[in-house]
Amino acid sequence: MNKKRIYPQWFLILPLALYIIFFLLPSVMGVGYSFTDWNSRSVLNGTHFVGLQNFAEIFTSDKSYLSGIGNTLKFTIISNIVKLIPALLIAIMLQEGLKGKGLYRTLLYLPSILPFVIIGLVFKSILNYNNGLLNTLLDAFHLGIFKQKWLSDLAIVWKSIYGVDAWRGIGYVMTIFLAGLNTIPKSYYEAAQIDGANFWQRLRYVTLPMLSGAIMINLVFGITYGLKVFDIVYVLTNGGPGHATEVLTTYAFQLYSRGQYGMSSALNTVLLVITAIIGVFIVKTLSKQEVQQ
Amino acid sequence: MAKKRIQNLLKHVVCILLCLCVVLPFYMVLINSFKTKAEAARMSLALPTEWVFSNYSEVIEKGSLIQGFLNSFAYALIATTLGVVLCSMAAFVMCRKRTKLNVFLYYFVLCGLFFPVNYVTLVRVLSTLHLNDTRVGIIMVFTSAMIPFCVFTIRNFVISVPVELDEAAVIDGAGPLSLFFKIIMPLLKPTMVTCFILQFMTVWSDFLTPLYLSSKSRLFPMTMAVYQFFGKNKSYWNYIFADIVLTCIPVIIVYMIGQKYIVGGMTSGAVKE
Repeated sequence: MNKKRIYPQWFLILPLALYIIFFLLPSVMGVGYSFTDWNSRSVLNGTHFVGLQNFAEIFTSDKSYLSGIGNTLKFTIISNIVKLIPALLIAIMLQEGLKGKGLYRTLLYLPSILPFVIIGLVFKSILNYNNGLLNTLLDAFHLGIFKQKWLSDLAIVWKSIYGVDAWRGIGYVMTIFLAGLNTIPKSYYEAAQIDGANFWQRLRYVTLPMLSGAIMINLVFGITYGLKVFDIVYVLTNGGPGHATEVLTTYAFQLYSRGQYGMSSALNTVLLVITAIIGVFIVKTLSKQEVQQ
Repeated sequence: MAKKRIQNLLKHVVCILLCLCVVLPFYMVLINSFKTKAEAARMSLALPTEWVFSNYSEVIEKGSLIQGFLNSFAYALIATTLGVVLCSMAAFVMCRKRTKLNVFLYYFVLCGLFFPVNYVTLVRVLSTLHLNDTRVGIIMVFTSAMIPFCVFTIRNFVISVPVELDEAAVIDGAGPLSLFFKIIMPLLKPTMVTCFILQFMTVWSDFLTPLYLSSKSRLFPMTMAVYQFFGKNKSYWNYIFADIVLTCIPVIIVYMIGQKYIVGGMTSGAVKE
């Protein structure tokens, strides 16, 4: 059979062209521009090559770009932990034949379809110190000592962001875990039970190994989401108080709106490099899995 | 047995508490969107003393929501349709004709799942093409952004479509276009619907892309319109909540209709049977 004729290569041209022009090209150009002083005045003065000056500024200046990089990594790790572990436990709980499982799942998944901007605005009101729902509820239950300035106290603000992020994301992670749990044959658990395995042993020796695919996909989505996080931080705190919750993407947007395009690109390049290191690792693992099947 | 029943009861209590955490904010937003300005500012869970339905008509007018809705709808519908059809064609060829080049292209496209977009230079590319601050430009960017996900998901599904079908169709004299659109595409419908729904909701929710790419408010999708409205009317929580409700309704409708497609597709490729 003539493969060339029935599987024409031109089917690939349009999507590849779009991908290259609107995704790859800007990325490559971005790396190039991070070595220049490109800014809003470049129209008049021209753009000049400045070597590593932008990166020197990022890594040595006192403008806390470094803490932005640190915050991005911290967010990626912690937000995934706070979502994955509770989501797994909820999924296992729902899986073990609970009535109304469908309804619970539908409701818990609901937040993850909503736009982040909306969630950010809603929680801006809920976490408001004076009138917000959270503090009001704490008062109503006579738990006033737990009241916090959720979005302006330096010690609390990150926890609030993780909380809101988990509120949105747990349902999504849980749904993927549920799909994974569905594929584990019941007989495995019966066998484990006969051997006298308790809950934790069943979790460790049956559930987790059989769930590796679902865990992997959750990690992939979670890590790439965490590294690129923008909306939730931008809407909830806009990087504040001070620069305490600034991440790479919010810095990049700030620099862009101030017209410092070169610096903004340099920050993007840093993010690109971090992602590349992690991405290569992930693709390798994924293709290894494919070979095994 | 008694132990089992207590356990079950406990589980229901946990689930109901969790669902309450999810539902309470929705309820708060909905109920406060019908209150007067002073009452909404207190953000309580009580029913409004006076139901103010005019909040909605006012916010539609003040927040230019109709414009926002039409923009969001156009971006999501056109970009997603284009993206899903183009990607299914590409995924089909990539899966069936596994030359070295095609395998390389597959992983090359897959990289897009991980890498961040550089919006600064993207704006520059768009202005070079005279597409900056245009709807066409924004749609093109949305379409390109969904290519990696769609190719990845659909290609994993093509594997399960038997090759014999292609052979039979070709023997019956079908060309590549009629083979794809008449034979293969109907079989890919489940995964294409999944991609469509997920990406439709992603585009609808997206905030960063229009933030960088549209400087004119007539191009703003609903998310941007809401945020801008919030910036201008920080103390009018009754309007803000009404605005939030209106922005959420379309995605919730799409979710309710397409619910059964979402779970299956989200996990295909990830969770192999």
